[in-house]
Amino acid sequence: MAQSQAAARQAGEEVQVRPEPVADAEADDSKVPELSKDAELSAYRSMLLIRRFEEKAGQLYGMGLIGGFCHLYIGQEAVVVGMQMAAIDGDQNITGYRDHGHMLATGMDPKGVMAELTGRRGGYSRGKGGSMHMFSKETHFYGGHGIVGAPVPIGAGLAFANKYRENGNVSMTYFGDGAANQGQVYETFNMAKLWQLPVVFVIENNRYGMGTSLKRASATTNLANRGLSFGIPGEQVNGMDVRAVKAAGEKALEFARSGNGPMILEMLTYRYRGHSMSDPAKYRAREEVQKMRSENDPIEQVSHRLQEKGWASEDDLKAIDKDIRRIVNEAAEFAQADPEPDPSDLWTDVYAEA
Amino acid sequence: MPTNILMPALSPTMEDGTLAKWLVQEGDQVAAGDVIAEIETDKATMEVEAVDEGRLGKILVGEGTEGVKVNTPIAVILGDGEDASAAEAAAASAAVEAPAAAPQDTPAAANGEDTSDIAAPPPAAAEPSQAEEQIEVPEGTEMVELTVREALRDAMAEEMRRDGEVFVMGEEVAEYQGAYKVTQGLLDEFGAKRVIDTPITEHGFAGLGVGAAFAGLKPIVEFMTWNFAMQAMDHIINSAAKTLYMAGGQMGCPIVFRGPNGAAARVAAQHSQDYAAWYSQVPGLKVVQPHSAADAKGLLKAAIRDPNPIIFLENEILYGQSFAVPKLDDFVLPIGKAKTSRSGDAATIVSFGIGMSYALKAAEALAEEGIAAEVIDLRTIRPMDIDAVIRSVQKTNRCVTVEEGWPQSSVGSHISAELMTKAFDHLDAPVINVTGKDVPMPYAANLEKLALPSVKEVVEAVKSVSYR
Repeated sequence: MAQSQAAARQAGEEVQVRPEPVADAEADDSKVPELSKDAELSAYRSMLLIRRFEEKAGQLYGMGLIGGFCHLYIGQEAVVVGMQMAAIDGDQNITGYRDHGHMLATGMDPKGVMAELTGRRGGYSRGKGGSMHMFSKETHFYGGHGIVGAPVPIGAGLAFANKYRENGNVSMTYFGDGAANQGQVYETFNMAKLWQLPVVFVIENNRYGMGTSLKRASATTNLANRGLSFGIPGEQVNGMDVRAVKAAGEKALEFARSGNGPMILEMLTYRYRGHSMSDPAKYRAREEVQKMRSENDPIEQVSHRLQEKGWASEDDLKAIDKDIRRIVNEAAEFAQADPEPDPSDLWTDVYAEA
Repeated sequence: MPTNILMPALSPTMEDGTLAKWLVQEGDQVAAGDVIAEIETDKATMEVEAVDEGRLGKILVGEGTEGVKVNTPIAVILGDGEDASAAEAAAASAAVEAPAAAPQDTPAAANGEDTSDIAAPPPAAAEPSQAEEQIEVPEGTEMVELTVREALRDAMAEEMRRDGEVFVMGEEVAEYQGAYKVTQGLLDEFGAKRVIDTPITEHGFAGLGVGAAFAGLKPIVEFMTWNFAMQAMDHIINSAAKTLYMAGGQMGCPIVFRGPNGAAARVAAQHSQDYAAWYSQVPGLKVVQPHSAADAKGLLKAAIRDPNPIIFLENEILYGQSFAVPKLDDFVLPIGKAKTSRSGDAATIVSFGIGMSYALKAAEALAEEGIAAEVIDLRTIRPMDIDAVIRSVQKTNRCVTVEEGWPQSSVGSHISAELMTKAFDHLDAPVINVTGKDVPMPYAANLEKLALPSVKEVVEAVKSVSYR
């Protein structure tokens, strides 16, 4: 850590060791509704699955088994898990390229996701999409998009279809603090409110758009307010606390589902790893990451509560961890043993049969 | 069981690196996330984090070692109750196993060293199929005169009556009845739910249309002109065209993007571009550019039913022109089929859309001079019915292409290349591409005329390939 600061200084960059408060909401924990034992256990499992899956993906990347770009979700698990706990069947999910967590949270099979990461025929996209491009109609996951900002109007289009069909579903459209400055986001906000589309815009503010902090990229840093000109209400949420996410998600989804149009949830969260695997993360201090990990880890928070309330012993949690590791290891084994796509697959899926 | 820490790949291209520094020593306890070492790659110094907890049993690669290959074990982490001998055993076995971890044929294929299993494209027929063109309109069908504008509107209305999931959106399509009146009357018949005025935000509403199509609706997205669709290009290409492939066939994008393309009259450079060649380059898109009202109707109906993203290129000048359209309940034409608009054996003129106006007039003029040119209307640019062109060239041995777009990487240059590859022995002269001139469209009336192709240029080109 000292080395990294020294290296950065040598490179003429200023490193600011100034951990920012995560959220005002965080200060007052008493407002956060408690979860039931079952909900806490379910959140723990879901978040741990994402964490272990991503750690394994990082390992496989390091071994050269996963190629290209690989953006890990570690640290942000509470956001997608909390939202998913608030959603009802049929609500859609769409996000950018940091997407493995969303896939797992919607119930996509870890084997199929991992096999896509290794580019094998058993992957969700038969090896042709990779880390950033997977889809599952079955779990209502609409990708997995590699272009910053692009999922935002597409997510509103999913909401448009919900309204058109009057099916009562809401589109959960995720994007990051980096994407929040994209022009198409505001084109979408305008149409979503104009047409009262059932969409919840979930801004995962992990504080850095690649290596540029929010403050260095955004004229205003309260992203929950970004919809105000369009009449879209927004709320900042402690995205490290799955309880807070679930509660805010329920409120926002209900708002959108009841015909009130879109709502924005700014999830204040943090990614522990670099932007992608090849990011040395010199733009932030090691202490900042360590502080987040040790004081705000979304999984540790649940683990702590479960034990404190006597809902799970350390051994119980270890057993869950063991089971999750088994699932992830099986996924990793499948993803390595599964054959690559048949060369003839190069030519398939360009066009759908008319 | 001891866990090996392997030299990680830290970028898509890294093959080896320098183990710059160990930040832990043998015997230290480590937890997941602890930084244990620093590695220098050609791009940056990266920190290596422990991915598991345990005790660092043995360091296998000392600090300062350069050229450490990716996947080489660099240290061993021991679990509870394990000792260093276990570490050594693990390291020894890992050294043997590690290379086998990578699939054997992947790196070679990626490096292009082994081309033995690189798939060939689906075989094209060695000779173009000799099948005659399908009869598209049954004999005795009553024909009615319709403008292209009316034909397009009728196509949309018929498909909207047929399928409740078809809707139209775009700027001024509803209450204004269409900037070029192509959507006239649709709001009255189908209501505001299905005929939707959008804000002037092409990037946003194109993306929104794509999302609706992902969900299974069948949007018709009108661009007031294709010039404005450059703002929506990312969604047309990255979101619409590529998704079926990226999803391994699981999810596609049944959408029609349509509107007037190319030059109108005196609207200058930013409003006069022909995009046929641009879109025709993209796998996943189908690109249709009809000339006649009948083709406009039959092909737009087909486009709306097609499960793929369709680029439907219309033309403002053609909107008001009338053609005979068959009076049939459900007149649908196949996408991807060219038609012979005029038969002849002296030379083949290939064109599409507004280009057909020049081609047909030129053929008429040539006929007066006793030169019988055959005119092929591609109708669809992608997938291109190159077989129809080849069949004609086998007969005429000469070819001229006509389009309003720019010359470099034009549709015509693609046809030329295809003919050279697939019909070289049938050509008696180099193919000539008559195109728009290689300049932005000027405003002045005389310059605009000069910038566009002309009947005279087509006539001269046909004479040139005929050596007359």
